[in-house]
Amino acid sequence: MAMLGGVLALTGCAGGAPSALDPAGTGAGRVADLWWVLFWISMAVFAEVMVLLVWALVFRRRRDARVRHGQPLRFVAIAGAGIPLVILVTVYALGLRDLVALGDGPGPEATTIEVTGHRWWWEVRVPGVAGATANELHIPVGEKVRIRLRTADVLHSFWVPQLMPKTDLIAGEVRETWLQTDRAGTYRGQCAEYCGTQHAHMAFLVVAEPRREFDAWLSQLGSPAARPQTDAQRRGQEAFEQGSCAGCHTIRGTGADGRIGPDLSDVGSRWSIGAGAVSNDGGHLGGWIANSQTVKPGNFMPPQPVDAQRLPDLIAYLQSLT
Amino acid sequence: MSGSMTAATGTEALTTEMPVGRSTGWWGMVMFVATEATLFACLLGSYFYLRFQYGPTWPPPGITEPTLLRPLVMTAVLLPSSLPVIWAEHGIRRGERWRLRAGLATTLVLGATFLALQASEYTEKLREFTMTTNAYGSLFYVITGFHGLHVLIGLTMISWLLAASLRGGSFGSHRHDRVRNVAIYWHFVDVVWAAILFTIYLSPRL
Amino acid sequence: MSTTAAPAPGASRGDLARLERHWGETPSVRSWLTTVDHKRIGRRYLVTAGLFFALAGLSALAMRTQLARPEAGMLSPEEYNQLFTMHGTTMIFLFATPMLFGFGNVLVPLMIGSRDMAFPKLNALGYWVFLFSGLFMWASLPFGAAPNNGWFAYVPLSDEQHNPGLHMDVYSLGLLFLGVATTAGSINFIVTALKLRAPGMSLNRVPLFVWAIVATGFMVIFALPALNVDNAMLFLDRRFGTHFFDPEAGGNVLLWQHLFWIFGHPDVYIIVMPALGIVSAVLPAFTRRGVVGYPLVVLAIVSISIISFGVWVHHMFATGLPQLSYSFFSAASTIITIPSGIQIFAWLATMMLGRLVLRVPLLFVIGFIVTFVLGGLTGAMFALTAFDQQVTDSYFVVAHFHYVLIGGAVFPMLAGIYFWLPKITGRMYHEGLGRWAFWLVFVGMHVTFFPMHLYGLFGMPRRVYTYRSEAGWDGWNLVSTVGSYVLALGLLLVLVGVVHAIRRGRPAPPDPWGGDTLDWSTDSPPKPYNFPVLPRVRSLHPNWDGPSRESMATGAEPDRVLADGRRTLRTSELDGRRERAVEMPEPSFQPLVLALAMLTFFTALLLAWYPVAAGAAATVAVTLAVWLWPPRRPDTEVGVSA
Ligand code: HEA
Ligand code: HEA
Ligand code: HEC
Ligand code: CUA
Ligand SMILES: [Cu+2]
Repeated sequence: MAMLGGVLALTGCAGGAPSALDPAGTGAGRVADLWWVLFWISMAVFAEVMVLLVWALVFRRRRDARVRHGQPLRFVAIAGAGIPLVILVTVYALGLRDLVALGDGPGPEATTIEVTGHRWWWEVRVPGVAGATANELHIPVGEKVRIRLRTADVLHSFWVPQLMPKTDLIAGEVRETWLQTDRAGTYRGQCAEYCGTQHAHMAFLVVAEPRREFDAWLSQLGSPAARPQTDAQRRGQEAFEQGSCAGCHTIRGTGADGRIGPDLSDVGSRWSIGAGAVSNDGGHLGGWIANSQTVKPGNFMPPQPVDAQRLPDLIAYLQSLT
Repeated sequence: MSGSMTAATGTEALTTEMPVGRSTGWWGMVMFVATEATLFACLLGSYFYLRFQYGPTWPPPGITEPTLLRPLVMTAVLLPSSLPVIWAEHGIRRGERWRLRAGLATTLVLGATFLALQASEYTEKLREFTMTTNAYGSLFYVITGFHGLHVLIGLTMISWLLAASLRGGSFGSHRHDRVRNVAIYWHFVDVVWAAILFTIYLSPRL
Repeated sequence: MSTTAAPAPGASRGDLARLERHWGETPSVRSWLTTVDHKRIGRRYLVTAGLFFALAGLSALAMRTQLARPEAGMLSPEEYNQLFTMHGTTMIFLFATPMLFGFGNVLVPLMIGSRDMAFPKLNALGYWVFLFSGLFMWASLPFGAAPNNGWFAYVPLSDEQHNPGLHMDVYSLGLLFLGVATTAGSINFIVTALKLRAPGMSLNRVPLFVWAIVATGFMVIFALPALNVDNAMLFLDRRFGTHFFDPEAGGNVLLWQHLFWIFGHPDVYIIVMPALGIVSAVLPAFTRRGVVGYPLVVLAIVSISIISFGVWVHHMFATGLPQLSYSFFSAASTIITIPSGIQIFAWLATMMLGRLVLRVPLLFVIGFIVTFVLGGLTGAMFALTAFDQQVTDSYFVVAHFHYVLIGGAVFPMLAGIYFWLPKITGRMYHEGLGRWAFWLVFVGMHVTFFPMHLYGLFGMPRRVYTYRSEAGWDGWNLVSTVGSYVLALGLLLVLVGVVHAIRRGRPAPPDPWGGDTLDWSTDSPPKPYNFPVLPRVRSLHPNWDGPSRESMATGAEPDRVLADGRRTLRTSELDGRRERAVEMPEPSFQPLVLALAMLTFFTALLLAWYPVAAGAAATVAVTLAVWLWPPRRPDTEVGVSA
């Protein structure tokens, strides 16, 4: 059993999984501690049951074992109710302590990030900042950051296993949670409430960085997108603005101001395309634009009839938007 | 022990429904009513849940507070309609078939009056809002409509009893289980109306 | 079907002939369609639920195959989503509950010493409705219109705007339709156990299995209406434009969740309770003594069924409700583990005091204890809100509920299948085959579901049709998939064992195990009238005590034979004192006709043929009126004076 614990602890950290057992945030850290307490208690209870069971199997199978007709009510009451009650009261108190701690959000002056769930991507905004981005949010290291959660359609759930347990996005209501970490790094998050066809590909990334880099991110979020530098990129921008793209996507500082799909002003620097569906490189981008339905079947971006010659330009342009 | 044994083994006990303990039918009906009552509790619970989640103005803007006169008349018609049923049931237990017939007929008239009043209530309300106007409208029509449906089912059961009792050879002092079961159902329909009156018509005024 | 004729010294040859005439059914299509015999109906429940289990299990295998490797393309997301929804919905509604109702149907009258259920025709209706509603739901799959919103169908994803097509109409109507069967069955169990117990079977002599079924019945009565209201509102929202769940128009999406879980939590105990009852019924035969602490176990059963109504919010711990409410529901969820603990330790004590006979049923009971305790422990962890918020909607939860559902319900069912196979079919099963099946199922189960704890903690959400390998979940997923095939093989062996027993098995004696309840005092399989002489019960273990057994032998009062008609005894609720003999109904087409009319009604609603639906509703009313129409008797007999 100790071995099992070891396996858990090890595999938890290895393999790059966004593991709740490899916490980096205040919230997830508390829960991980709570988990280990629960784990060892459970192992003890389980061991108790197994010992009794094995004892019976070893000693009560012999043919000469005499059936005893007692009614050991006291044993049943103590083992089945008394001891569990003591354990349960204890863990309940621990659990309550952590519940209160998780509910202890940041004060009014804290940085706030607004996250809106869409089928099947995340819109990220910061109050007072004009721009938006998608599927990636930054937080300053060491601060408690408020995350305000809304949904544009159905229920979703905001979950960054290494930083913070889940909070659902409830249609018609606003929910809040918070993130805090002392460890700079990137943390994978994912939608954890079934939201239809592409619930599987509704991941996001939390980037924790020093305050200065965070401020740079904020100012980038508020400013126009990078201007095209090469001819190809310029042709790409033209294609974007004149094509159907602009009807659904915004690129800040250009004529494209659609609100149906994600803001693409910084799409070149994103960690993925399609909220974790594929990695962000030229090939995947081209595939996505031509027919995102093969990449992320069922998503709400229809296949785009882009000219084969214009496609490289478009890719070049989008990749330049960092 | 042996007394009750002979009582139970006598030929009479074997062929009639004399009250020796509760019958299976009675328990069946009581359980059915219990589950139905839970159904209404869920509906009324949903009403209060939506109301308190909605906000301070209830009914929502655009819909006036329900007026009380007609629902009170409806109550005055429906609640007493249990009395003839009780009277009828007591009658048939003593073998008085005319009381069964008269009592059931009276209840039938009262129940039908209730439904007629509800129809007029609906024609008035429908001019103001419908089931699709908003959640309040949905609650109003679904709860009262579901209750109305229960009244209709109850009336069907009562007409059915009445028809059976007019045929003769159906009910008497030894056989009246079905009468008792329908009576339980009808009382239930009545009592639920009181809860609906409170929820839909009275509670918005509190 | 009758193979062995147990001596029935209490009833004369003439009595037996008359009983046979009143109760016997000759095999024919007609009798097949009209039967009201609880044993036949129960058997049908078992087989039909088994079929749905196979369908849902094969869906699970398809899912597991898809998830074996990252980014696999075997199933499209639409297919996967329909499959997991049908898997969950079927397992919960069309397999677990009906399977246990099947056991209840076969066993309750036998265990309490009655000749049938209290309402045999209603019982037949329940079966047909169950069958038809199951077919109704599964028929949508070939059209690609199966429910696709998860077994708890959260709004707003399940409303018309976000989920057009028939998918969720099938779900809401199918469950409403099925609800008729579940409610009817529950009322029937309660009334049967209250009124038809053999004389002398006071409440403190009622077998634990029957207690469990009755508690289940009560839970259904008070829990199912919440689901029905929920589904009715969903259907109205989808089809007729009401706004119960529409926040834009005063509705509220959490209303759905509250109502669903007010039903849904009791429902998991509705599933596990009768299964625990099976455990309590199997143990005495293989430990050679009664279950320790009968009153404590009864108390545990009753308290679980009450507390289970006070914990539903633990399924909504991540929805952001007030902390105060969470702390209350967290406490209630913690407390509800205690009655389960009492039962577990009562069984352990029974095993430690008795002498174990390690046959296949007992193996499955042991497998049950190991698995269910693990599943229960993770349940107790979820009761703590803070921890639950981390693991909810991850594979950790999937692990929990398969441990409690498979460990807590399927293992006991398998124990029950091996245990009562001789009683039901009159044939013994093959022990070696059974052992192989057990080990494959047990190992397969743990290999499949144990890793889910791990990758759940490692951050894998549930209900994803695929995942990317960077996340680091692939290895364990493959293990799960391999395990699920082992599990399936084991279950196949169970099926082979059952078929083998029916075809080739040794004829079974009335009491192959030395069981303690009345079912073991009848023939294997029992005669249509169950007991030639209704017993007079004198202890909690009537088949083990002389006087109770002798009450069925010479010297039985004629009123416990009741051979001149189709009759059984009615007794008082609390202490089982005899009240009178009651007339039992004859076989009838009415249940089938009524169920067909309902099927027409729901199909017509689904396809929006409203006039047809109205016609079907009228047919339902007329059939019921005919069904319940009082028989005509002479005035003197009904007793009229005026
Ligand atoms: C047979 C079905 C069954 C059973 C018996 C249980 C039993 C329990 N369940 Fe489970 N549960 C489900 C089926 C079941 N559950 C399903 C299907 C879901 C998910 C639905 C979905 O989302 O799809 C679920 C989900 C679920 C959740 C929500 C998880 C989430 O979605 O985030 C929670 C939260 O509290 C919970 C708690 C419990 C508890 C406390 C018990 C307790 O009753 C367990 C009690 C038993 C024991 C504890 C073991 C024996 C006791 C001892 C050996 C004594 C000593 C014990 C201690 C000291 C703790 N369950
Ligand atoms: C009683 C309930 C029950 C049972 C027994 C099972 C059994 C199994 N479940 Fe089930 N499962 C649920 C209830 C159950 N499940 C529920 C409620 C959900 C949630 C759904 C949702 O999210 O909405 C779920 C979800 C669920 C998921 C998660 C899907 C997701 O979130 O994406 C997975 C994934 O692996 C899974 C796998 C399995 C497997 C491999 C089995 C195996 O044990 C299956 C083995 C069975 C077979 C392979 C059948 C083969 C049988 C034979 C060949 C012969 C037998 C025939 C007769 C007896 C007649 N289940
Ligand atoms: C009808 C609306 C619509 C049109 C037209 C449209 N898109 Fe999209 N686009 C979307 C939506 C919705 C998404 C988010 C899909 C998802 O992740 O589920 C998206 C996502 C994207 C992404 C991935 C963004 C990310 O961060 O994951 C890129 C790149 C993109 N679109 C480019 C384009 C280009 C280029 C065009 C025109 C040729 C275009 N889109 C036209 C709706 C549209
Ligand atoms: Cu969004 Cu799942
Ligand atoms: Cu629960």
